[in-house]
Amino acid sequence: MDCNAPGLRPYPPAGQHSHNGSGAIPHPAEPPLLAGAGLAAFRGERLVFRDVGLCLEAGGALLLVGPNGSGKSTLLRLLAGLVRPAAGALLWRGADALADLAEHATRLAYLGHQDAVKPGLSVAENLQGVVRTGGRDVGAALAALGLAGLAGLPARMLSAGQRRRLALARLALSAAPLWLLDEPTLGLDEASVGLLGALLARHRERGGAVVAATHLALPLPGAATLGLA
Amino acid sequence: MSMLALLGRELRLSLRHGTDTVAALLFFLVAAALFPLAIGPAPETLGRLAPGIVWVCALLAALLPLERLFGADYEDGSLDQLLLCGLPAGAVAAVKAAAHWLVTGLPLLLAAAPIGLMLRLKAELLPVLLAGLLPGTLVLSLLGTAGAAIVLGARRGGVLLPLLVLPLAMPVLIFGAGAVEAAATGLSPRPHLLLLAAVLALAAPLCPLAAGAAIRAAAE
Repeated sequence: MDCNAPGLRPYPPAGQHSHNGSGAIPHPAEPPLLAGAGLAAFRGERLVFRDVGLCLEAGGALLLVGPNGSGKSTLLRLLAGLVRPAAGALLWRGADALADLAEHATRLAYLGHQDAVKPGLSVAENLQGVVRTGGRDVGAALAALGLAGLAGLPARMLSAGQRRRLALARLALSAAPLWLLDEPTLGLDEASVGLLGALLARHRERGGAVVAATHLALPLPGAATLGLA
Repeated sequence: MSMLALLGRELRLSLRHGTDTVAALLFFLVAAALFPLAIGPAPETLGRLAPGIVWVCALLAALLPLERLFGADYEDGSLDQLLLCGLPAGAVAAVKAAAHWLVTGLPLLLAAAPIGLMLRLKAELLPVLLAGLLPGTLVLSLLGTAGAAIVLGARRGGVLLPLLVLPLAMPVLIFGAGAVEAAATGLSPRPHLLLLAAVLALAAPLCPLAAGAAIRAAAE
């Protein structure tokens, strides 16, 4: 089943899905990487969005657009498993994605509003210990964002843009197939946006998928757009 | 991402900001030093009160670094990354508790012997005091981690934290000080120490689970 089909069919829950002959729902040859249907989320007492559906294939990209407060960040956090959906289902390759949150976390790399950079650690040390690298090298990840020369510097010396690049280097280091990016170009100069574009292109070539919330143009050719009101 | 790698990172962070450990130790020392000034230096009075003084001061000193245990991670976005590191939230909390004990509980335990002697505690009672403080400080780290996770995101969390943790720590204080008291009167401190171990056995699985649920709720 591919994402280009009109509308998003709600997939059956994980248990039902394993039965191939369930009739009404056509058996998908290859379920999409990530599919969501009827998603809704609260922020405090307020319903931020409801009935949001999305579908993402390996190598695909999805841009979340909408005015401030429309729930782009909340949707990203929902996809990461940090916010519980108030309604709807989120499926990873056809099975319930949020059944085991720790396992879901291994499938994704999340870049939030904040850079999660520890000022007391050096630039290289910031990447050690919290990222599931799958054998990737810290030096190469820093080089991909043009930070190779700063590896030994305490992170408190970095400028805002450099801190953002360090947070992006965490993605370059991660072996996770799904990247969730919240305003990834915040504070980046033009050259760094180019580096980010190359990083995203490489990730998608390897079969990775990207969901990004943004107000600015992102170097994501061929990305689908999901508007939140 | 293993728990050991995460613990290594936590310890490295704590050592870079070593002031927290030093502040807790100095608080322990200074608070204990106030008692001879207040109640007089007479060895028999002071020696009788010493186990209680050491316990209360260690308990209060262990609370000092708790607010930053999750607070710093919560403010700079690292908490999200910790929750997404592939470990269950309870395991992340267990690592935090272990880091708190290694950085605060263990130094307090080591400082308790000289402070006990300073307060004229009889030397033969020192092993009993330390045998009680070992499980005691572990329980305090576990309870403190749960408390710190629960007040995360609350306004004035720093004030709320002792109000939450101190009542829960009362059994530890009672059995810990009771063990030394029993040994001083010639009774066996064993039942008190076993009860302390039982509290530890209860807290070791429950506190990380509670703390894990609390940090998940705070991140949401």
